[in-house]
Amino acid sequence: MTGLKAQLNRKLHECGRDPLSLFLLGCVIAAALITFMVLSFLLGYILWQGLPNIETGLFALQYNSENVSLFPALVDTVLMVIMALAIATPLGIFAAVYLVEYASRGNRLVSLVRVTADTLAGIPSIVYGLFGMLFFVTYLKWGYSLLAGACTVAIMILPLIMRTTEEALKAIPDSYREGSYGLGAGKLRTVFAVVLPSAVPGILAGVILSIGRIVGETAALIYTAGTVAALPDGVLSSGRTLAVHMYVLASEGLYMKQAYATAVILVVIVVAINALSSRLAKQLMKGK
Amino acid sequence: MDTKIAIETLDLYYSEFHALKNINMRIPEKEITAFIGPSGCGKSTLLKSLNRMNDLIEGCRITGRVLLDNDDIYANDDVNLLRKRVGMVFQKPNPFPMSVYDNIAFGPRTHGVKGKAKLDDMVEEALRKAAIWDEVKDRLDKSALSFSGGQQQRLCIARALAVQPEVLLMDEPTSALDPISTLKIEDLALELKQNYTIVIVTHNMQQAVRISDKTAFFLLGEVVEFNDTDSLFSNPQEKKTEDYITGRFG
Amino acid sequence: MEKRKEEIMKFVFLLAACASIATVAMICLFLFANGLPTIGKIGAADFFLGERWRPANDVYGILPMILGSLYVTLGAIVVGVPVGILTAVFMARFCPEKIYNVLKPSVELLAGIPSVVYGFFGLVVMVPFIREHIGGTGSSMLTASLLLGMMILPTLISVAEAALRAVPDSYYEGALALGAGHVRSVFFTVVPAAKSGIMAAIILGMGRAVGETMAVIMVAGNQARMPIGILEGVRTMTTNIVIEMGYAADLHRDALIATAVVLFVFILIINLTFSYLKGKVVQQ
Repeated sequence: MTGLKAQLNRKLHECGRDPLSLFLLGCVIAAALITFMVLSFLLGYILWQGLPNIETGLFALQYNSENVSLFPALVDTVLMVIMALAIATPLGIFAAVYLVEYASRGNRLVSLVRVTADTLAGIPSIVYGLFGMLFFVTYLKWGYSLLAGACTVAIMILPLIMRTTEEALKAIPDSYREGSYGLGAGKLRTVFAVVLPSAVPGILAGVILSIGRIVGETAALIYTAGTVAALPDGVLSSGRTLAVHMYVLASEGLYMKQAYATAVILVVIVVAINALSSRLAKQLMKGK
Repeated sequence: MDTKIAIETLDLYYSEFHALKNINMRIPEKEITAFIGPSGCGKSTLLKSLNRMNDLIEGCRITGRVLLDNDDIYANDDVNLLRKRVGMVFQKPNPFPMSVYDNIAFGPRTHGVKGKAKLDDMVEEALRKAAIWDEVKDRLDKSALSFSGGQQQRLCIARALAVQPEVLLMDEPTSALDPISTLKIEDLALELKQNYTIVIVTHNMQQAVRISDKTAFFLLGEVVEFNDTDSLFSNPQEKKTEDYITGRFG
Repeated sequence: MEKRKEEIMKFVFLLAACASIATVAMICLFLFANGLPTIGKIGAADFFLGERWRPANDVYGILPMILGSLYVTLGAIVVGVPVGILTAVFMARFCPEKIYNVLKPSVELLAGIPSVVYGFFGLVVMVPFIREHIGGTGSSMLTASLLLGMMILPTLISVAEAALRAVPDSYYEGALALGAGHVRSVFFTVVPAAKSGIMAAIILGMGRAVGETMAVIMVAGNQARMPIGILEGVRTMTTNIVIEMGYAADLHRDALIATAVVLFVFILIINLTFSYLKGKVVQQ
């Protein structure tokens, strides 16, 4: 701390004779403080209000209007994550493999894939939700279902997984590839036995970020997976994830305590996911 | 001495750039042939043409023939089999980020060897041949990246030997290593030439003198002189060779 | 055999790469095929410039929602940009490492918090606060702007920080050599040099704000009428879709899809602007 103080003192001293500098310095410090306070206040408030409301009844197997259990929503969330990842991860990884390992430079298809992936990344989740409703729910006649929801969020996270895998593959030194070819391995074996395993931490970081997106998603799921609060019978039954559950509780206004508790659970999951992905990222940096 | 590899009227272009010009050379079996010359002279490029690693480079075009045991390697399209027969060790040690065992077993597994006992034998044999068995036998499950640069390079040699090649191409294998590791690799090369044909690219003329039987001197994409190492260094036929080995340029 | 496998897998990879093209095409197809004829049916002028949205009478003017989206986005920019950009300047050029190690994860965490949690926070903290201390019902354009301003902070900060870090040190050193202090050197050489990147950050932040749905729905009041004041409620394009999609049918449903088309076009324009600005940064 003394080091910090000294540094600050030096900076203050440096612009002591220059009011403009002093003012600007004050502004940047204030801004950083505000940013930090926004986060601490938000997290602090949710935890402070929510923690006392976490009760065992919230984890009852069945939902009813008395216990307002979030357990079915938790199950749905886990199912949603697994299904969406099962669809988007292979697709995203394979696409990235094509872009990095196969496509030749200046390939027109590659730039088209990049442009569309960037477009996908920018589309608001409600537009995904609407598309999912029109296509999966209505056109394919799946109805409000976990499957329709999972397909919708899978499209949402596809660009994220593609991008992170692409970066991870690009970071693999060419010497690994040369070494593998030099031993008489074909392209496919080089990709699957050498390149992809080396890229696992980077890919994993992307997958974990995607889990965060899925867990927090609401708008894309309300009209695809629906809002039924019971345990699902199968992939074609409707179910609400935690975030949807929380939205329903908060907008009904009848179960604020449970909404607080759900918020705590969501926040804890998100914090854990962030910690995990930044640890992986650090590991990746060390590996280099 | 039998010829293992015969290079006939080989020209190589990177897009417009004419990188190798009319190369003709006979590389003898079970001897060490060294390629020397200033950087950018084409010596590594020629080496990489011998197991078609240049195929990986976009815009690379080759004319002429390279005969391995009298078969043109560019006429046959099984590149993987060719690279199994002609192994390669790279300038910078490039073990895969996996265990020592998996590194060495990678080649055999690639070529369809299955069964733990058989793989164990092949791994041990390769490591023994590369004279590194004693150093790593207790650490086979450790990451190959945890070893020193010299050890990594010998692991890479072992990895190349594990696929049972006939020819071993070495692309400046000691340029990233300290003097002691360099000597170990050189001793190893001398040991290995009893069973393998070795082609080594080196920027170090002393190294060529120490280990090679034949030496080719390259300049600007051409072979200026190709002769027994002793004669080339003691009695160069070409003025350019003499200038280079006496250190007047390069 | 081996060769066939290589060829087949190469084709599989190619197909996977085309997935994003296919989905964008499908999304466009489904939205435009439903939305464009509807706009024609309602009448482009009535649809875009109509000040009334009365599904019960088959009157579908989305000007209130377009303006609503525009206003809360501008509000979010007014709230978020000064804080976000200055925080980015702090992180890129002023921050001691110890503080950076706290601030950077905080920003990442801020980005990870689900929008429904933001919305809930707005609902239980900001709405009552504004009702009691500023006026109105609390569910208002102001509340939505403040909340969105908070939500776009991480986007603004991370894009702007990267842009500021990309400025070559020689600029900064040049200014120092002329006798300017650290603060002046940063603000009068580094920040202007990162102009394109900072603009890109703001544009991307706008995209986030325009597209945000769940947080807005919980604090904006959602009245489908022309915006009349910052302490009054507004409805945005995104919330319009969520609120009514559950029970809409026939032309009403199609009008909501048409709303999504308009939203989509907004987002496309924003994204194109963003990639244009990003391209400019790369060129530099």
